Amino acid sequence: MELYRKGIAELSEMLRKHETSAKEIANSVFDRIEQVEQRIKAYVTITKNDALTMAEKADQGRSSENNGVLSGIPIAIKDNMCTKGIRTTCSSKILQNFIPPYESTATAKLLEQGYVLIGKTNLDEFAMGSSTENSGFHTTSNPWDTERIPGGSSGGSAAAVAADECIAALGSDTGGSIRQPAALCGVVGLKPTYGRVSRYGLVAFASSLDQIGPITKNVHDAAILMNIISGRDQMDSTSASVHTPDFTASINKDIKGLRIGIPKEYFIEGIDPEVNAAVQNAIKQYEALGAIPVAVSLPHSSYAIATYYVLATSEASSNLARYDGVKYGFRAEGKDLIDMYMQTRAKGFGPEVKRRIMLGTYTLSSGYYDAYYKKAQQVRTLLKQDFDEAFKTVDLILTPTTPTAAFRKGEKTDDPLQMYLADIFTISVNLAGVPAISIPCGYTLNNLPIGLQLIGRHFEEEKLIQAAHAYEQSTDWHKRRPAL
Amino acid sequence: MKWEAVIGLEVHAQMLTNTKIFCGCSTTFGNEPNTQTCQICIGMPGVLPVLNKKALEFAIRTGLATNCTISRYSRFARKNYFYPDLPKGYQISQYEHPICEHGHLEIIVDGKAKTIGITRIHMEEDAGKNIHEGSGRYSFVDLNRTGVPLMEIVSEPDIRSPKEAAEYMRKLRSIVRYLGACDGNLEQGSLRCDANVSVRPVGQKEMGTRAEVKNINSFRYVEKAIEYEIRRQIKLIEDGGKVIQETRLWDANRGITESMRSKEEAHDYRYFPDPDLVPMTVEQSWIGEIRSSLPELPAAKCRRFLSDFGLPEHDADLLTSERETAEWFEKVINAGGQPKAVSNWMMGELMKLLNEENRSIEDCRIKPSQLADMLKLIDNGIISGKIAKTVFDEMYKTGKDAAEIVKEKGLLQISDSSEIEKIVDEILAKSPKEIERFKAGDEKLIGFFVGQAMKATKGKANPQMLNELLKKKLSE
Repeated sequence: MELYRKGIAELSEMLRKHETSAKEIANSVFDRIEQVEQRIKAYVTITKNDALTMAEKADQGRSSENNGVLSGIPIAIKDNMCTKGIRTTCSSKILQNFIPPYESTATAKLLEQGYVLIGKTNLDEFAMGSSTENSGFHTTSNPWDTERIPGGSSGGSAAAVAADECIAALGSDTGGSIRQPAALCGVVGLKPTYGRVSRYGLVAFASSLDQIGPITKNVHDAAILMNIISGRDQMDSTSASVHTPDFTASINKDIKGLRIGIPKEYFIEGIDPEVNAAVQNAIKQYEALGAIPVAVSLPHSSYAIATYYVLATSEASSNLARYDGVKYGFRAEGKDLIDMYMQTRAKGFGPEVKRRIMLGTYTLSSGYYDAYYKKAQQVRTLLKQDFDEAFKTVDLILTPTTPTAAFRKGEKTDDPLQMYLADIFTISVNLAGVPAISIPCGYTLNNLPIGLQLIGRHFEEEKLIQAAHAYEQSTDWHKRRPAL
Repeated sequence: MKWEAVIGLEVHAQMLTNTKIFCGCSTTFGNEPNTQTCQICIGMPGVLPVLNKKALEFAIRTGLATNCTISRYSRFARKNYFYPDLPKGYQISQYEHPICEHGHLEIIVDGKAKTIGITRIHMEEDAGKNIHEGSGRYSFVDLNRTGVPLMEIVSEPDIRSPKEAAEYMRKLRSIVRYLGACDGNLEQGSLRCDANVSVRPVGQKEMGTRAEVKNINSFRYVEKAIEYEIRRQIKLIEDGGKVIQETRLWDANRGITESMRSKEEAHDYRYFPDPDLVPMTVEQSWIGEIRSSLPELPAAKCRRFLSDFGLPEHDADLLTSERETAEWFEKVINAGGQPKAVSNWMMGELMKLLNEENRSIEDCRIKPSQLADMLKLIDNGIISGKIAKTVFDEMYKTGKDAAEIVKEKGLLQISDSSEIEKIVDEILAKSPKEIERFKAGDEKLIGFFVGQAMKATKGKANPQMLNELLKKKLSE
């Protein structure tokens, strides 16, 4: 098997045994990129020169004892995480030439472990979208069917992993942006508990919802990355002071007796029959593994999308105010200060970003704040309580990750509301701050991947990983690869 | 009609932390533009604020010193507006849950005590500075000040006159300086004051429409700007006009306030809780620790100076308005100085000399014990009060001991009666006309004789002995 097809654990083992070198792996991945990238367009920036230098360094370091866990492993980073000296665009024209003079905490931790940065992956501009069609540069294609979208906003990362254009990737998830593309591309995506991973250096979309997480070829690799990126960071006041367990240590724990909640609100009309069937089969598989399905209710689920689009856009309208042309990034000429602001933002932002800024500005306006922002915060509390209540009787909650498999490019671009519904099963998780993982659980007749979502209690990613791993090991879905 | 002014002050105080409120940059004033900045305070993509605990401590200290309740739950909010000196497009401030609330401060105006309520004290970050220099098309932005921690201290509309407003400012300044929370420098902008001013007919309960006066950047303008604004509003109403709610700028050169923006043009700041900063829950034990570390505050010190040292109220108030001055005073007392004499010398000669040089009392070359020693020389009749002024000037210049100066310059008081008698005789022999007029009833001429004698002795004659001798000889 080609090196680029493999996962982190397998390649680390090979490197340890000197069966290959970081340089060989990197070259293999770049050969693959050469082959398929034109069709996939997963990347905004490919950092080949830097990567080969990093790989060489990893090979030189391998003779010594203290090797990083990721030494020589090629990883792609969503282009909304700041990488020192390397262009970080958020797939926005307004940051097209922005080169951060600092490193995000998550990528700094990967650097400490000797990873090889392959490139920065495409996303919906500022992570706002579910298809990468809102990228200011180009749309990424789904490796399973290049006429279709890979999901979003971490569509570039998910497609790069699915197309073997990297060994693993980091994405960010504000309303499903890791899990939804992972599901649509047939890979593993984990959104950690809010506060588990530092947000320092992650370009903010909605600060109270954003969270960085891994997108990988298998659950074990996700656990490896979680071990590295988790932990309290003094640079992020919202990062939690909780212990980071070794997520790989207990990965094989059996799940007999695990109580898995099946929320009735997630199995509704509008869910694709093929998706539903795959998820029902997964439930049966869990039963076979000794888990116990339990019917639960998350009664406020139907308010999640509305709540999310009030809160996320409110925060976004403020977070994106700094892109004003004064200090860095794109600046348009204007006849005076106000005109410069307006021209810069009119030309620098795409339509979806503008839509959300306007929406958020409106919901925070005096006279509307109570009716929208404040009300949404109250509903957010109710949504959290839904989960708290359900988790009194179950260990995990199981749902489809998305209501349908990957849709065609252009299919929903004219109807933002239809697009927003693509995240209907993932959004509540961000609002509640709980962790969730998406793993492959089948394919449609058209050979499009279907994702299964497992949701856990706050800071119980271990259980999530165990359950995901148990299922994965009992099925072959994760071994399938798109024919490219 | 008789009018009454209703005034509330919003005072911004820069806190004396070494580093900025949400990053590690230095807060030093006056360095090269944009040398004290980092990715956090210039608001680059993806950076996050982390609260400087010292700023929180200063705010709590100030709250405790102004009788506020310290909030158990407090949080930061974002105030959103676009301006080049505001790199994030929002200022991190506090809105719904300020750190301190419901305080008050006592001021004394024209001998009458009055309590001014303090609505709230909240923390926020300062903005940068736009620089408009040269004739080019561009303005410049200096972000050194961006992120310097501020406290905004908001008073209740309890103030009724410009004088009260100025006194409130003085008291507040004195307190924050005592606490070491702010250096209180209005000219450098480390203490800034906005005034909400309205007028109403005396006896009316409802408040009039208020105008907010900004840009009051010097102590003497507090009174002037408010005075002007009150006059303006009264005249406007009496001429049949109406005060509109607006923000006005104080123009110190012209001595007037001018409209900056009306209520309609006012920003909608779209405040909402800052999701990047977790709510603060201040431990009761920490508040206790801070409370017990508070210094004796000006009001308490003033009361003690009245009772312990028997000083007049004016003296006690002045000596305690600055912590360093009060401490200096107490050191002189401890070295044996008599309170009223020490107070006179400090408020007179010493303050005059220090002010001339714009020197702080801490940098004074005279040590407190040296002043006490000099006063002893006067008490013991070794030098006269008049000579003491010369000695004091020399002490101030050189930092030498009084005794040394007296010795070096031969300034010992002449207390030898035969020597003084000789001089008196010489003067009287030269002044027959004056003696005649004196004897005819022009007793003021005693001053003339004293003056002549002092001139002859270069001021060293013991004044008491000289007086007695003169009186004796003239009545012979």
